[in-house]
Amino acid sequence: MISIKNISKSFGQKVVLNNVTSTFEKGKVNLIIGKSGSGKTVAIKCMLGLFNIDSGGIFFDDRDFINIKESDRKEIRKEIGMVFQGGALFDSMTVEENIMFPLKMSSRINQLDMVKRVNFCLNRVNLQGVNNLYPSELSGGMQKRVAIARAIALKPKYLFCDEPNSGLDPNTANVIDNLLKEITYEYNITTVINTHDMNSVMEIGDNIVFIEKGVKEWSGTRKNFLNSNNKILNRFIFSSKLFRKLKSVK
Amino acid sequence: MHKIKNVKIYFFILWINITIFIPSMDILITAGRYILFLKAIFSRFEKRAVYFPKIIHEIFDLGISSIGFVSFISVFVGAVVTLQVAYNLENPLLPTYLIGLSSRDTLILEFSPTLISLVLAGKIGSNIASSLGTMRVTEQIDALEVMGINSASYLVLPKIFAIIFINPFLIIISIALGLVGGWLAGNLTGICPTEEFLMGVQYQFIPFNVTYALIKTVIFAFIITTVCSFFGYTTKGGALEVGQASTKGVVYTSILIIIFNYFITSLLLS
Repeated sequence: MISIKNISKSFGQKVVLNNVTSTFEKGKVNLIIGKSGSGKTVAIKCMLGLFNIDSGGIFFDDRDFINIKESDRKEIRKEIGMVFQGGALFDSMTVEENIMFPLKMSSRINQLDMVKRVNFCLNRVNLQGVNNLYPSELSGGMQKRVAIARAIALKPKYLFCDEPNSGLDPNTANVIDNLLKEITYEYNITTVINTHDMNSVMEIGDNIVFIEKGVKEWSGTRKNFLNSNNKILNRFIFSSKLFRKLKSVK
Repeated sequence: MHKIKNVKIYFFILWINITIFIPSMDILITAGRYILFLKAIFSRFEKRAVYFPKIIHEIFDLGISSIGFVSFISVFVGAVVTLQVAYNLENPLLPTYLIGLSSRDTLILEFSPTLISLVLAGKIGSNIASSLGTMRVTEQIDALEVMGINSASYLVLPKIFAIIFINPFLIIISIALGLVGGWLAGNLTGICPTEEFLMGVQYQFIPFNVTYALIKTVIFAFIITTVCSFFGYTTKGGALEVGQASTKGVVYTSILIIIFNYFITSLLLS
């Protein structure tokens, strides 16, 4: 479980997150949704420690992530997997080396076991025969799957994804969404996904947090998502023609 | 009358701010960030086994790949130096071997350590700044941080060791090939026969001059790697900013090399 308590973050005069509090449950797909520029990515980067928060607290299973020594923070980070928006695969490494990298840096297993683990992770994301290819030789969807494979290589307790299906066709986006959902349930991971894709919300979101202009506007489950009375949330949900139609049919 | 005087004072203060205060503050802030960056590089090291292959890779990638380029420049500049010295020694009372002697000292004291370091700042420095800048904007550095890796140390430390190790070899090659170029030019044009040139090269040779050149090279190597890494590592934005970081890195490195060249020379030779 991950808890954020009253976190605020500003860049100069611009307040990007304002007193955001939320809890992300274990074994569930927790979504942070909102418009572009609403503060979703900053929220995730604060949780990962890539941005220092101005105030508030972040807790990984009740372990304080802010007021601890760097060495302790490093230990928590070993339990985190992250899928970046663009994949963030290392260009100079092959697919195999990319997935093996966290194992090499943070574990003590031998080379043979590392290769086994790499192949297991690649099989898990339904990719075979790409071990020796470079990221530039892969399609966008394949790159995302390799990024997921790298994120789960160290058997993380927490999985973060920043817009995992952006730039992908609907079919591939669906495959990625379902893969993340399966992995979350299978390994009982606390998954936090950042998205503005309504299909993802309806497909995989267990718990949803809606952020607008750096403020948490709404939170709840997928079941009560479409029936919310929150005007700002409804404006966001029903901004597409498809969802307006869906509402009128209902 | 008072009003005009006040306006003048206002504009004077504004001018001071724009021309002196604001740029000075920028430089101080950048220098402070650079020092913090150095602190990050030399703290929280990763496993030693991780660095060794990376250092070897960087030696080949940044150093060995520059041999051809350095050799080509050194031969031609050595030749030009010899021709220019000969052009300035028209007095028949001056011995011809002075051409070899002057070429040797120019190459050892200034051309090879300083000019080649400036050339390498362009080649190696822009490579370092742009590759780190690209890693930053494509979130590869963030990915390292999320894995709990000290990205500054992991990415930059091997480059520092590699360049500090390989650049002295490049400079020695440059000195040797510069002398070969000078000898060829003197010989082919007939202005300095081989015996005279070789005599000049060996005449009153001071071994400390080579030590001085190598000390300069090591310091310049450190400047090239850390300054260009700093600008690449701290890039924000996209492709345009990566290009700007690369340019900034090379410009600042060149300026620092020239400044440090003066101070090292004052310390070691005066």
